Amino acid sequence: MRTFGITNDYDITSLRAGDAVTFSGAIYTARDAAHKRMTEAAAAGSPLPFDIRGAAIYYAGPTPARSGEIIGSCGPTTSARMDDYTPALLDLGLKIMIGKGKRSPAVVEAMKRNKAVYLIAVGGAAALIKSRVTACEDVAYPDLGCEAVRRLTVKDLPLLVAIDSRGESIL
Amino acid sequence: MRIIPACVDFVKCVWYNLVMYKCEEITEKLAAGIDAALKKVDPDVVRLLEKARAEEDNERAAWALDQIIENDRVAECTDSYPCQDTGVAMLFVTVGQDAAFDGSLEEALQEGVRRGYAEARKSIAHPLTRLNTGDNTPAVVYYELVPGAGLDVKFLAKGAGSENMGGVRMLTPSKGRAGIISAVTEIVREAGANPCPPILLGVGVGGTMDKAALLSKKALLRRCGEPSADAETAALERDILEAVNALGIGAQGLGGRHTALACAAETAYTHIGMLPVAVTVQCHSVRHAHMTFGE
Repeated sequence: MRTFGITNDYDITSLRAGDAVTFSGAIYTARDAAHKRMTEAAAAGSPLPFDIRGAAIYYAGPTPARSGEIIGSCGPTTSARMDDYTPALLDLGLKIMIGKGKRSPAVVEAMKRNKAVYLIAVGGAAALIKSRVTACEDVAYPDLGCEAVRRLTVKDLPLLVAIDSRGESIL
Repeated sequence: MRIIPACVDFVKCVWYNLVMYKCEEITEKLAAGIDAALKKVDPDVVRLLEKARAEEDNERAAWALDQIIENDRVAECTDSYPCQDTGVAMLFVTVGQDAAFDGSLEEALQEGVRRGYAEARKSIAHPLTRLNTGDNTPAVVYYELVPGAGLDVKFLAKGAGSENMGGVRMLTPSKGRAGIISAVTEIVREAGANPCPPILLGVGVGGTMDKAALLSKKALLRRCGEPSADAETAALERDILEAVNALGIGAQGLGGRHTALACAAETAYTHIGMLPVAVTVQCHSVRHAHMTFGE
């Protein structure tokens, strides 16, 4: 397996399905409820809670951080539940999605159209992933609890390219 | 008919051969058991994962299995939750018909769940409004009434990713044993990478639609990897496991030999015109506990 260390400004179009990567940089957590709100905001012409152009979204809802902790356990959730919302976000400039499991044909088409990649983390590796998070700040929707949008800074997050920017998939 | 007054006390309990349980003690013990269970993957499952890793020659699947095994070690060393989805709490309560309580058993159990999940993720929402209850209750509770005065609770934390992939198939009896195996295999094939393979399978065969579903959960309460005591059921478990692992889904859907680590089946008598088959899919992050009270 080819393994690359990548950051937010890496040329993701050079990645191929099946490549392993370690990601260091900024990712935004968002899952079911946050996706609903963000796509509703976009449809209404309202601003999104963060600049989505070139951004990376991580489908995750962490356990609460205990006193002195940066974040709780935070593994990936099933990406397919976000499929209905994803093409709209890709068309707004979303470039990197991190989750687990398959994506719909509509998502793959939107990925090809916008040259985005879909990376998978290991489902259930939440304590390991927690240990790679170096900072966490609240961004939006605090009323959603674990589903709120947070900006995580991660170091050496182990991921696999599941679908590349040409639409090639290993799943 | 013996009528027990509402103000029954310990002496009267002895008179009627009852055992009196204190609800607060039930709550405390259950909460402690849940808190500990949520922070530790079943060691039997870790052993099955290590065996699978040793046998795995698919590079991508090995990449995933290495991380899962490291994750379970990191979780234990750092007192962290191995998975952020600490699940819906399921309680399987076996209660003796001579057991008595100084309050509501149901409320004592729900309070135990509430306290056991104090630091865990709160994942329970109303099905229509989707409003989160904020304390991970209500738990799903099943009661079984048995002779004696014992109280025994099995706890299972059930995550959504795998639970969403389960299913019930109402087969016709003509489909037989082969039909059962192909129904289970088809459910696992459709699930693909979503339930966080390698998975464990709970299979319920017989009864009615709901009975089969409950059996599929009860099968998962057995010691993981241990075959059924019934030879015919054990053979079915082996054949299902072989058929499922031939699918090649593998760890995290990345291919390889280990889609499932184990299959446990339970059976019940059914109608001459029915053959219900239910499958509960359990992810590799198996978190459960068995608590006996009153000892």
